[in-house]
This record gives sequence, structure tokens and C-alpha cells, in this order.
Amino acid sequence: MTEAIKLKAKDYKSEVKPIWCPGCGHFSVLNAITKAMAGLGINKDNTVLVSGIGCSSRLPAYVDSYGFHGVHGRGLAIAQGLKVARPDLTVLALGGDGDGFSIGGNHFIHACRRNVNMTYIAMDNEVYGMTKGQASPTTPMDWDHSKLTPHGPGVRPFKPAALALASGAPWIARGYSGNPNQMAKLIAEAVAHPGFSFLHVMSQCITFCPEQTDWKAIVTEHEGPALANADEAAKVFLHEDGFQTGLLYCEPRPSWPPVSDKPVDGNALAGLAASFRV
Amino acid sequence: MSKRHLCIAITGAGGAGVISCGELLLQAWAHEGGRGLLRKAYGPQIRGGESAALLKLTDDERYTAASHYDLVVALDWDNFSRFEDEIRLGPRSWVLCDEADELPASVLAARPTVLQLPFAELASTCHAEGRVNMLVLGVLGRLLGLPVGSMVELAAQKLARKPQAYRDAATACIEGGASRPMACDLPVPPTAATGACYMSGNQAAGLGALEAGIRFVAAYPITPASDVLEWMAGGLEQLGGQLLQAEDELAAINMAIGAAFGGVPAFTATSGPGLALMTESIGLAVASETPVTILNVMRGGPSTGIPTKSEQSDLNIALNGLHGDAPHLVLAPLDIADCVFTTGWAVQLAQQLQTAAIVLSDQFIGQSTAIVSEPRRYIPATAAPATPAEGAYLRYKLTSSGVSTLAAPGDAGHRFTADGLEHNENGTPSARQSDHQRQLAKRQDKLADFGFGDDWAQVNGSGPLALLCFGSSSAAVNEAADLLAERGSPARVISLRLLAPLQTAALRAAVEGCSAVVVVEQNHSGQLFRYLKGHADFPQAVHSYAMAGPVPLAPEAIAQAVTEMINP
Repeated sequence: MTEAIKLKAKDYKSEVKPIWCPGCGHFSVLNAITKAMAGLGINKDNTVLVSGIGCSSRLPAYVDSYGFHGVHGRGLAIAQGLKVARPDLTVLALGGDGDGFSIGGNHFIHACRRNVNMTYIAMDNEVYGMTKGQASPTTPMDWDHSKLTPHGPGVRPFKPAALALASGAPWIARGYSGNPNQMAKLIAEAVAHPGFSFLHVMSQCITFCPEQTDWKAIVTEHEGPALANADEAAKVFLHEDGFQTGLLYCEPRPSWPPVSDKPVDGNALAGLAASFRV
Repeated sequence: MSKRHLCIAITGAGGAGVISCGELLLQAWAHEGGRGLLRKAYGPQIRGGESAALLKLTDDERYTAASHYDLVVALDWDNFSRFEDEIRLGPRSWVLCDEADELPASVLAARPTVLQLPFAELASTCHAEGRVNMLVLGVLGRLLGLPVGSMVELAAQKLARKPQAYRDAATACIEGGASRPMACDLPVPPTAATGACYMSGNQAAGLGALEAGIRFVAAYPITPASDVLEWMAGGLEQLGGQLLQAEDELAAINMAIGAAFGGVPAFTATSGPGLALMTESIGLAVASETPVTILNVMRGGPSTGIPTKSEQSDLNIALNGLHGDAPHLVLAPLDIADCVFTTGWAVQLAQQLQTAAIVLSDQFIGQSTAIVSEPRRYIPATAAPATPAEGAYLRYKLTSSGVSTLAAPGDAGHRFTADGLEHNENGTPSARQSDHQRQLAKRQDKLADFGFGDDWAQVNGSGPLALLCFGSSSAAVNEAADLLAERGSPARVISLRLLAPLQTAALRAAVEGCSAVVVVEQNHSGQLFRYLKGHADFPQAVHSYAMAGPVPLAPEAIAQAVTEMINP
């Protein structure tokens, strides 16, 4: 079995060339994912990367595992259906801020709440890149670079970590595309967490938001252990600047669905048909 | 040919138990070897609205909705009045009521024989907690000659979770009602057949899906499809499958697609508004060649429409709702028992052809319960063993059949990324014209070239006139054909079970020799008529009889309209 040989990060990359712009933060996320897979010694055949639509959602094709590139906003739904049907698989959902927090916002809330044992990596660059630079739910209020909202969106940006917490996500971390080693470590921990793990990655868009290169000056690393209390975490997530990285909150609870202890009844089908007979 | 059937309507307030009364009466009738149908009609309210149990006891299984009633039991007249359009009476009808001096004008005009019975008073005489619906059950059971013990036992089973006093009250009321002779002479049909099943179309569809291998269901509640999902939840638990309640229909269809991608046959059920939300992702199933089956239990539309009542008006969206060129399967069960066959067939076709199948049932067959002979099952032909592909695995490989090998995660060495983006044979996104042309043709040819066999339609009778219909209209159209034959215009009835891909050659052969074709359907705009006009190119004159719901199609009205069309 080839998997017995220790694979390196590059062995987890496919031969498909990314469509991303030079300098895109998503390259760093791809590197971190493959590094984490190598670190975990993960079996490529038993791993599925699922995504929606957007620049970041192209990622599954760039990894040598199974993948599903779905429709806009629905990656989390596909991923949960897959994991519930096939609990033996390692399932990661990926996507951008528009995909996950706008069109897919309802699925994000319910995925946090449902707590299926899988990982969701949201690659947040505060912009719709694939449609050429419109404001997203995480864009600053005064960002006036889009012709669609020439005076800025004028709406308060969304706080993904706070929403995840309020919706019941038991594991919340943040990464930064400028620190792929930390991100790889967080991804490995996320996959190992027995429940829904939400990794929010600040992944810069060099093309539409060149000002995001300034992020490296404001990013901080969370010190100490992750918060394990939702009340404390709520205060942090509502008031933070959104640039502290690391594992921020971890309060494990039983994932869904519970493992059934009922034996499967081999005659169940015949019994169901018979239940209709007069 | 006079039909031997007896139609009984029981109307009352929602929550008054008229549906339970009707169910128990039909079950007891089934135990005596009878045949019959129970149609349930509701107002939109959960409690306090109107509700009607519409029974048709027959000596065969051609279950059309009753249009004329032999007996109406009105627990009160306020609630009856909301069904005046649907419950027709005549001078030979009987009316059983508590308030004989408050008859509505429409009832008086029909001049039925009115029998007065103080329901509430009698029920409280039988038991302090007496229930009117169980008293009526006893009265009606006696009129049908049903054994009291059988009704009592069936009621005890149904009420097993209720407190003892509740069950005692039911028993006392059934016995009290059954001891009450009524001077009412009803045309009770003969009972003889045995070996029957008692099921609703929604249950039958769920059974067909599970028997065909469905082990994952994503569910979002919607009337009138929720009961399919509720029934399947219990079945899946026994089978070791999974049911996931989704946050909306957008999630439900995608969860099903995700499970199917994992190699687990997947299903969801919905109704018009939910189908509309699902259409984008049904296109994803088509493009990514992921098998999935969607049962759409049709109700009155558009928009919220008439959620609790039937109509065949989702044909257009089922056929044409997907954007781009997205060939897929559309099937329609012809009656309650056929829900087992057609849903099972749809699941197996979706799996075999790696595409989406939409099954168009409706509220009439979905939520009606009937006594049916053991339903037919779809038995797939033994598939030839798959030949191992040579060289590297190509998920979307171009093959002579258009079907390529579908691997699932866990299969060693077959890793691929399924994609709704146009792709090449390997699954890599491609915007090249050559890849687009090839993959479009692949997805179309695998359906167009497939041999669907003889089950694409049910063809009955012969004659120079063809009546064409789909799904649940079949029973009413067949009964209309009987009426036309009695009147000297024999007709053949072609009931379409497979709507897409349309079996054009077989359809043209089926109407060969006919001088006229009449397309009959339960919607306003003639959706099937327009579809067939666009695709089948009949040489004959083609007429349309399209009548919107929610009142069921009436055989007599169809026969009259057809006669006028062919003898202008």
C-alpha cells in the first residue's frame, strides 16, 4: 500500500494548476492543508474536500484527494450529507466569505449548530474576487473600491467567530495566510477535533484589496489555552479586531448524529412491506 | 356499465377526528376483504379548520375521487359548507346530521333523505368522555355490516398511546353507535378479495424508495410531502440508514447530493415551492453526474397556492426548471400502488444513469389511503459486470453508452473532483468548446439511448380515439374511457409514467390508427399538451382538456368534453 510510505506535503497536491492571482493568500491555505494532511499521514482515498463557488472554492481540484466543487453557498450542505452518510471519511468543507457568510449563511449557522464531525475552513479576504471585486459580508463599511457600492457598503461587517459561537460551534480558530505553519497546525487540530471545527482564515486578496498587505502588522497570536467558556468567548468575539490568530475557543460537545447502538435488522425491508398488509 | 361503489363523506372541524373515523372504517372494511379509497381534505388550519374524510368503497381498484355521495355525515354544518364544491348530493343521497333544521341551501336543493341523530348527546350517554367520531364509526360500521369487534380492535391499536379512559370511551362509543339501527339503505359493494395492502401513496413511494436501495434521506418539511419523510425516518432507522433534517430545501438537495457522492443512494421529498428552491442544485446533480431522486408531491400552485389540495401543475418546472441544457429523468406514478413501482424504478434509473430523477406524485394519491392488491415492484435486469477501465481512471470518460464508472470516496486510486463547472473527461474544469460539446452530448445520449422498456406508459383499451394523460389522472381518464365506450366512442388510454426522456417513437406507435388525440391533465394551462405538441409531432388532431385543481378530475366531465371535441 502506497500510503504506508510517508508522504510529503507536495505529494498531496494534484497536477491541476491553480487559477489564483500571484500573491493570493489562498496558495498559503493550500500549502497549509497539504502540510497538515502530510503531518496527519492522512489517506488520500478516504478524504474529501468539498466547496461552493468562488476563488477559494477552486481548492479541492488542487488537492490529490476526492473532491466536490458544488454550487455557490452550498458546500457545507454537501459536506454534511456526505459525512452523515459516510462517517468513515475525513471531510473538509472550504469556501470564501461570500460563499459561506452571504449566500451560504444559513447553512453556516446550522452547520455550527448541528455539530457534524467535520472541518470548515472559511478563507476570508473580505471581497468577492471571482466576480471582480464587490463588497462581501466582511468588507469594512467604508471600503469604496467597488463600482457596485462606490461609497462603501455602509453596513457593519459580519463577525464570523461571534456568529459561529452563538450558533453552537464547539471549536473556533483563526489563521492568517501570512503564517502557513500556524495554519497547518490548526488544520491538523481541526481535523482531529471530534465535532464541527471552524477555522476562519484571513487570506489576503492582493488584486482587489492591496491594502490587506497591512494585515501582517496587525495580526496577533492568541496567548495561552483556548477559551472553554462561551460567555467569555462571546465577549472576546464581539469586541476583538478580528486579527488574533490561533485556537480561540474549544468546548467539545457530542457530535451529531450519535453513533447508533441498534443492530441493523436484516429483515427490516420485508417487515416494512409486511406492515402494510391487511 | 354501472359502477358498484358507495361514497361516504364525513365532515367536521379539524381535530374532531373525522379522518380517524374514516381510516378506521376503511381498515375494518379492508379486513372484510373490501376495496376502497379514503381521500382526505383539509383546510389550511392545524386545529379548528375544516376537515373531511371522503370514502369510496368499491369492488375494484380503479380509484377515482368520488364526485357524488351516497351518504354525508355532517358533524356540523359550518364545516360542511367549506366542502360544498366537492361534496355533491342528489335525491337518492342520505344525510346524517345532528342539526336537521339547519340544512344549508345547497343540501336542501339536492333533496336528500335526512336522518337526524344527536351525536354529542349519544356519545356522552355511551361514556362520560365519549367521542362523536367513534360513535359515527359504530353507526357507519353497522350500515356496512362490519363486525363490531374488528372496529374496536383497530381503534385500540390506533389509540394505543392514549390513556385507558380514552380507549374505553372509544370502545363504548363504537359499540353504542353499532347498536343503533338506522333506516338507511345503502348500495354496499360486495367484498371478497383477500391479500390486500392498506397504504397511502406517500407511504408507497417511501417503501419503493427504500426497497430500491435508498439509505440516506435529507428532509425539509412541506405539505403534502412531510408524511413521506416521516414514514421513511422510521424505516431508515431499522435499515441502518440516515435521515438528516435540513435547514431548508437548498440544503436538503445538496445533502442528498453529498451522500450520493459518498456512494449511498440518496433521496429527498418536497412539493412545488421546495422543488423551485432545489432546481439549481438538481442541475448540479446532472452536471456532476451524481445520482439523486426527488419526490415532488404536487399541490395547487403557483407560489404558496393551495398547499393542502392536489394539482398536476409542476410538470413544467420538473421538465424545464433547470438552467442550461440539463437532461434528467421525470417520472409520474399512476396511482397509489404504482407509487411503489415508479419511485423504485426512478431510484434505480437515477443510480444506473448517474443523474437526477424527479418523481411527480400529488396530494391526491400521496395523501389518500387505499386498499390495494400487493403492489408490483420494479425488478431490474441483471446488469452485466462492469469491465474494468483501462489506463488511468477518468470520472467523466466518454463511452458508447454515455455512462462512465462512478467511483466513491474510499475506492483506492479513483480520486477525482466532481464538478458543476464544465469539465473534461478527467473532471478538470474546462471552458473549451470541445469539452463542452462532448460532455453535453454524453449527458444527453446516456438518457436518449437507454432502453426504458415497456413501463414508459400504461396503455389500456383500443379504439380510434386516444386519451393521453400522466400520473394520477390515469384513473379518472380510464373511467372516462369506460363512459365513452358505453356511449359508442371506444378510446384507448395512454397513461405516461416516464415523461422525460419522452419515448417519442413508442408514443407515436401507441396512437397509430387513432383519428384524434385528447390530452387530459389537472392544471390550468395544458402543460402536458404543450409539451407533447412540442416534442411528439402527432399527425392526428390533438385536443387539450386541462382542468385546474383542487377538485379532482371528474370522469363524467372529461367524457362530455371529449365527446364535444371529437363531434364538433
